[in-house]
Amino acid sequence: MSEYRGYTGASLTFLKESKVKVGDSVKITEDLTYTGIIMPRYENTDDNHIAIKLKSGYNIGIEIKKIKKIELISSEKIEKKSTSEVKSDSTLPKILLLSTGGTIASKIDYRTGAVTPALSAEDLSAAVPELAEIANIDASVLFSEYSENLEPEHWKKIAEKLDSYAKSDYKGIVVAHGTDTMQYSAAFLSFALAGYPVPIVLVGSQRSSDRPSSDAALNLISAVRFVVESNTQGVFVVMHHNESDDLAVAHLGTRVRKNHTSKRSAFQTIGNDPAFLIFDKKIEQNLKTDFFKQREYNPKLNFDKHVALVKYHPGYDPKIIDFFIKSGYKAIIFEGTGLGHIGKTMYEYVKKANENGLFMGMTSQCIDGRVGMNVYESGRDLLELGIIPLSDMIPETALVKAMWALGNSTNVEEMKNLMLQNIASEFSD
Amino acid sequence: MSELDIDKIGLKVGLEIHQQLSTNKKLFCNCSSTETSEFTSKFSRKLRATKSELGTYDPAALFESAKSKRMIYYTNPDSCCLVEQDEEPPHELDHDTKNIAILIASSLKSNIFSEIYPMRKMVIDGSNTSGFQRTMLISQGGYLDVEGKKIGIQSICLEEDAAKLLDDRETERDFSLERLGIPLVEIALEPVNARPSEMRKIALTLGRLLRTTKKVARGLGSIRQDVNVSISNSGIVEVKGVQQLDQLEKVVEYEAKRQHGLILISQKLAKLNLEKISKRENVFDVTEIMKECKSKIIQKLLKEKAVIKVIKIKNFSGMFSFSPYENIRLGKELGQLVRFFGIGGIFHSDELPNYGIENSDIEKIKNLIQINDNDGFLIIAGNNSKIDFAIDSIINRIDDAKLGVPAETRMATQTGETVYLRPRPGASRMYPETDIPPIIVTKDEINFAEKNIPKSWDESLCDLQKKYELNPQLAEQIFDSEYLELFEKISTNKKSSPNFVASVLCSTITNLERQGLDPNLLKHDEIIKTFEFLNLDKISKESVEMIFEQIMSGKTKSVDETIQKSSIGTLDDEELTKIVDEIIQKNLELIKNQGSHSIGTLMGIAMKSLRGKASGEKINQLLQKKIIDILDKNKIMP
Repeated sequence: MSEYRGYTGASLTFLKESKVKVGDSVKITEDLTYTGIIMPRYENTDDNHIAIKLKSGYNIGIEIKKIKKIELISSEKIEKKSTSEVKSDSTLPKILLLSTGGTIASKIDYRTGAVTPALSAEDLSAAVPELAEIANIDASVLFSEYSENLEPEHWKKIAEKLDSYAKSDYKGIVVAHGTDTMQYSAAFLSFALAGYPVPIVLVGSQRSSDRPSSDAALNLISAVRFVVESNTQGVFVVMHHNESDDLAVAHLGTRVRKNHTSKRSAFQTIGNDPAFLIFDKKIEQNLKTDFFKQREYNPKLNFDKHVALVKYHPGYDPKIIDFFIKSGYKAIIFEGTGLGHIGKTMYEYVKKANENGLFMGMTSQCIDGRVGMNVYESGRDLLELGIIPLSDMIPETALVKAMWALGNSTNVEEMKNLMLQNIASEFSD
Repeated sequence: MSELDIDKIGLKVGLEIHQQLSTNKKLFCNCSSTETSEFTSKFSRKLRATKSELGTYDPAALFESAKSKRMIYYTNPDSCCLVEQDEEPPHELDHDTKNIAILIASSLKSNIFSEIYPMRKMVIDGSNTSGFQRTMLISQGGYLDVEGKKIGIQSICLEEDAAKLLDDRETERDFSLERLGIPLVEIALEPVNARPSEMRKIALTLGRLLRTTKKVARGLGSIRQDVNVSISNSGIVEVKGVQQLDQLEKVVEYEAKRQHGLILISQKLAKLNLEKISKRENVFDVTEIMKECKSKIIQKLLKEKAVIKVIKIKNFSGMFSFSPYENIRLGKELGQLVRFFGIGGIFHSDELPNYGIENSDIEKIKNLIQINDNDGFLIIAGNNSKIDFAIDSIINRIDDAKLGVPAETRMATQTGETVYLRPRPGASRMYPETDIPPIIVTKDEINFAEKNIPKSWDESLCDLQKKYELNPQLAEQIFDSEYLELFEKISTNKKSSPNFVASVLCSTITNLERQGLDPNLLKHDEIIKTFEFLNLDKISKESVEMIFEQIMSGKTKSVDETIQKSSIGTLDDEELTKIVDEIIQKNLELIKNQGSHSIGTLMGIAMKSLRGKASGEKINQLLQKKIIDILDKNKIMP
């Protein structure tokens, strides 16, 4: 269908009857005469217009009712010029760049009729030539999805792929990833690949790489430099530190959160400074302890999705908890108020969940700070009802950890132990 | 050298006007366009060329990318939000602005598209934080009526204004963001076969048509024109930065001469047996052999660890300095070209020995690159990252010289010449703005605009004349000035005579400007306040110029401050009478001797101490009365 991409109804019929298609050069006569290439139409636009790219490069929409004549000039496709081969330098370390999609790898491509799926080594090196001077990069495309479409199955796929390289000679691994759910994937990899021998970095961009001002270049260069130069282990997210293209930072994969919809510096480490500062000339370390609490590599790649993240709020309908119990959920992570509270109306259902063997963990919607359930009476009540306080683990990390812990344990007790064990710096010391 | 006959070279000139709209809002956010020189934060960026929608790179963008400067942006929260910082997607297109653009297109009978696509025009010189200017083609076709002659309209676009360049250094550029995102209409006229003086008339007519809409910004920098100049067999040369109409004529004349000169050069080159220059065979590193050169420039470059290279060109002797018209030489073109890579200049064989480069140095070079007296060479120096780009562009430019006039973008200088700016951008710099869906123009919107097309300039001028009882000359002056709206604002109540207001706005301020004072220091609010004070008799007519002089010279910032600091202000009648009485008493002898003729001398004395405190008219009346009283008392007849 890419021959008529985006065209529907009247405009589709018009193109078909005129024997022209997307990509053709045409001459259109209405009041004036226009020469240009027929472009695809965006989804959700009307069917009264056809889109034309004029010689000047401007796109315009021409109403089909007004068109007196349309003539095909040529159907030649503009061949994409191939970029030169990437030179490899044997003195440089080798790294793997794994692409999963997202803004960092997205641009309009009318030739293929879709967002460019692949972030090939050639594309990369053409866009960011500096990379070839830092490392020899093997690029591989795992899948191509915006991160809002990623499921725990995708996390596992990434983890399996990385696990297969655990004994390779890569100095580190960079995963290009959409930013929306990057923190969830980072958390999963942190638990699933505990003790992974080389650094793993998730990198994305807030401004797509098809714009000259994209943050992708600095983020990528910094990510590659970080895995090559940092001599550390762990899962990190490397993104801009502020609005300038001067400094990128590496956040702990279990302590990072997207805190702004659009800014370059959207990602922040909760409750602490970023683990590493990646300056132009050097990398500075803030991190005081190892990321993984146990040295040896111990992959556990399973998960179980039956976990709910419940943000408690005034007016919350406690019957929703009942729904979770009946639907076979095995754990609930509460995002409680303040120090870790939920209202009295919830008690009856919380008790029921406990009786049904659900794991219940408490985090705070304050995002920053520890839960402290002994301070107020209500907190003590909740402890009585079987809710486990999760210290300063951030809610999203707790959700992912619960899915992972469920998938890799045989009973609630074992899961509880995993939940409370500091595996990948998810708890601050 | 010969004289150029401008009518015989097929000169064609196309005007492109960029006019800021006055909406008090930016095109894609709610920020105002407040001028400021105070900035509260800054950030820095690097921009990279990206591929177009069709997978190609734009030459102009690659060129800028090659310079790879760090851009530093200064911001003020009053005029800049996350959108200007490229930290947030653009908001919706401002609806007023859309309507104004449609109105202007309707006024020019241009064909408005019913579906408009916002595009990104890649500009990576730093003037846009995003690396592109948002622009959309509103309409094509139509015409401008210039004294009965129809000048065709090529296209009308609505776009964002660029950031303001504050400083340009070797590796960094500073910009401020208050201007970025202000709506502009760009009107491109069909190139016409007109003499430079006629172009001036066309520009003036278009400017006036825009002003009749009363929706366009006025004042310095609010209208800019680019000129596309070509002659028979030349590429189209786009000249940017023509600020004034006076400059326009000079620029067109200069370009005509330059282009025809280049064609004469190409004809001469065609007769020579020239070989293709290749980077591999024609470029030599002479850094070592230049170490003994006594030239101060060369020694300075060597100290900066520059690499020195020579480009050899067979049979080129004399071609660098061949000058078909005064100041038009290939050597000069090449010198300007390399400057844009941050390289100071070149030495070419036609101008050597000179600049401390001696015959012994030249011999060494000749030996190394093996050339004879018919051949030419260029010496170029710079650091490794830049010199390669510069050598590529020199080789290309010499190739282009064989063809005549390359299509390129140039910059107008103050003196009306033009200098090389960058290769002419092409369609590859356009990319759809994926953050904004296509914009629909409805039939209702077009009908509304057509019904509201403003009156012609002549009619508007007539109305203005009648409404405020102005003389024709003053009406025209005020209409063409940046003060029309201000004039109407001040004159609506007619408390101050419109003729007086108009002449203050047109001549007084202009006169002060001619004396070297800065009209930008005089804010419109202060002008309005001055006339309010005048209406309230707080100041006299004579004080207006004094107040403006103080503010425009930077001595004071406001009317209030000026009045406080100087003796300006109105005395009440009692105080005035007291002072006049004192003067009379001191000069009784004079009055007795000269009778009523003493008024002249006394007026002079009085004005010395009373200027700005009371109107001259009032002082004169008072003095006359007092003199008559005294003369009556003394029964001395005049």
